Amino acid sequence: MTGLFARQHLLAIAPLTRHEIESLLDLGAEYVDLNRQISKKRDTLRGRTLINLFFEPSTRTQSSFELAGKRLGADTMNMSVNQSSLKKGETLIDTATTLNAMRPDIIVIRHQDSGAVALLADKVSCSVVNAGDGAHEHPTQALLDALTIRRRLGRIEGLTVAICGDVMHSRVARSNVHLLTKLGARVRLVAPRTLMPAGAATWGAEIFTDMREGLKGADIVMMLRLQMERMTGSFLPSQREYFHFYGLDREKLALAKPGALVMHPGPMNRGVEIDSAIADDIDRSIINEQVEMGVAARMAVLDALSRQLPNAERKI
Amino acid sequence: MKRTAFLNARLIDPAANLDAAGALLVEDGKIADAGPRLFNDAKPASADIVDCGGQVLAPGLIDLRVFTGEPGAEHRETLASAGESAAAGGITSFAMMPVTDPVIDDAALVDFIKRRAAANAKVNVYPAAALTQGLKGGQMAEIGLLQEAGAIAFTDADRTIASTLIMRRCLTYAANFDALVIAHAEDPHLAAVGHMNEGAFAARMGVGGIPAAAEAIIVERDLRLVELTGARYHLGQVSTAAALEIVAKAKARGLPVTCAVSAHHLVLNEQDIGEYKTFAKVSPPLRSEDDRKAMVEGVRSGIIDAIVSSHDPQAPETKRLPFAQAAYGAVGLETLLPAALSLHHDGGISLIDVLRRLTIQPAKLLRLDAGRLAKGAPADLVLFDPGSPRKIDPAEFRSRCKNSPFKGRLMQGRVLRTVVGGQTVFSAT
Repeated sequence: MTGLFARQHLLAIAPLTRHEIESLLDLGAEYVDLNRQISKKRDTLRGRTLINLFFEPSTRTQSSFELAGKRLGADTMNMSVNQSSLKKGETLIDTATTLNAMRPDIIVIRHQDSGAVALLADKVSCSVVNAGDGAHEHPTQALLDALTIRRRLGRIEGLTVAICGDVMHSRVARSNVHLLTKLGARVRLVAPRTLMPAGAATWGAEIFTDMREGLKGADIVMMLRLQMERMTGSFLPSQREYFHFYGLDREKLALAKPGALVMHPGPMNRGVEIDSAIADDIDRSIINEQVEMGVAARMAVLDALSRQLPNAERKI
Repeated sequence: MKRTAFLNARLIDPAANLDAAGALLVEDGKIADAGPRLFNDAKPASADIVDCGGQVLAPGLIDLRVFTGEPGAEHRETLASAGESAAAGGITSFAMMPVTDPVIDDAALVDFIKRRAAANAKVNVYPAAALTQGLKGGQMAEIGLLQEAGAIAFTDADRTIASTLIMRRCLTYAANFDALVIAHAEDPHLAAVGHMNEGAFAARMGVGGIPAAAEAIIVERDLRLVELTGARYHLGQVSTAAALEIVAKAKARGLPVTCAVSAHHLVLNEQDIGEYKTFAKVSPPLRSEDDRKAMVEGVRSGIIDAIVSSHDPQAPETKRLPFAQAAYGAVGLETLLPAALSLHHDGGISLIDVLRRLTIQPAKLLRLDAGRLAKGAPADLVLFDPGSPRKIDPAEFRSRCKNSPFKGRLMQGRVLRTVVGGQTVFSAT
């Protein structure tokens, strides 16, 4: 099943092939079914140790990985930065080697700096999953988004997906552009110029600064969270102006394809990038479904990576 | 239908390169017809007749830079008194700077100015909004919402945004809405210690100087940012040869850049400060004679797109002070035309080219459907005698303030009649 995915780490979507992505999605689909049964437990990772190492606060991603690990039978441990020795001045690499000495099998890492997860992965002998590094990539988010779209619409090829909002600071946008274009979707990036990174035009997506234009005919509207905590130096004048021009409301959504679905990686800023009426519309919003798919997609990733561990029982 | 025929005029329409004897017909506030042959055969029927006596009939002047005191400093100028002053100066439209109290940085205030002006001002007032909130150079203003409310441009008026990063973001965001940014170019750190142009004259007077480089540094910075962002950038006032050269190069590279010069920088130089005359304290400061000549050349060559009044009424309590303590600013609405005409009389620039920088060019900058004598355009007109000599007497000004650096100066050009939307709003007695 996952014979095509033979990597030690999952650090980014960019280097993956279409077949690798599809094999992970196929495996994820199986776990969706498992997760809907009363007994959700497997022993795929029995005896394995999974460490969640989060340098940035996270609720849904961390709990999603924790649950994924537990359902696969791993011993899971959460470490967040405010408890760690990094507060005491230890360097990032020392933290990694220390953890590595405890012989974990998989470390899931989130870090505020782009490239930090890859730096750590270089220093450890176990598998590493990138749970988001700076504004670089968030591969499992892109996988769960793709799994959600595929289950809803049956395909990704040929769909028009508008990714809207704070593209500048978004690792979700970057991973999704890579994944969706590899799978044959037409991707649009919609943002005010101050939140559109220079050079985004080279990513293989169409660029729009007018949201009304960008939404026309879209099958999927993927909203991004306005990352106010990362903004220094006036990217935008105000939240009310942002909502007026770039917030998803009924009027703007009406420009997308009839019945177009709305996604959001969470957590949402209601009334800033998305109107509550849209976020809660059970006919259009598949935001909660994304959370469900998240656990399944992460189970697939952990499963696939565990099969590559040096001491794994080969079950091909 | 109300019809007015202007006969026996010298029509000058820079937009159409027309300078010829002719007539013009106004119907319902719009120009119905104009041209050399109009009414040659028959007098217009059922129309009021204005005999222009062979004087110049041109599009009403459009002034890109006017400060008023409303709201917040009505003792200096109201929208009504600014409108009276503009009408007397042949100006039919002006862009109003957002330096008011409160600052125009909120959509509701743009709406307030538009309504107050429509009710009280005799000419068209186009509010420009602040580029940064409170003109503080930090958080950018709500450019999108302000533009929807009718802000014509975005500017911190007489302040330079000190942070290059903030200026970049403002330009990037303005480009997002295709909004016009009007900049003031004066390095705030260099300018903070000066009150007039740096040089031998300031040194002899013992007044701190502002070097010409303070302007060039910011223009160079800003135009690099324009190249990066693609924003529409207008340098509100150029005053130095060095900055003009930078603008010329940027224009040659095809950047979306324009610039204007104030009437006083075309006519006066630093020497006109004389014995610490605070009415000649303006920002940027009056420069050297070489710089002044370069400004005249810039108008002639077309590198300078527009001539502005920089009308900034200041009351005696802010001007009757030691030079260093006095406020910057000079009134100018009622001297814009004669000052600009000096370029024709003394500088050898054709009348039509002088008027081009006062009519169609500023209209294009603001994307107004005005500034020309075309059929269907609003009947905003000025009738003036370009040669009539006069001595400038601020006591005659309609403006509430009299702080004119041209006081007592002999100039030429007299406005005979000003028409806005077909209505006569000023008529010389």
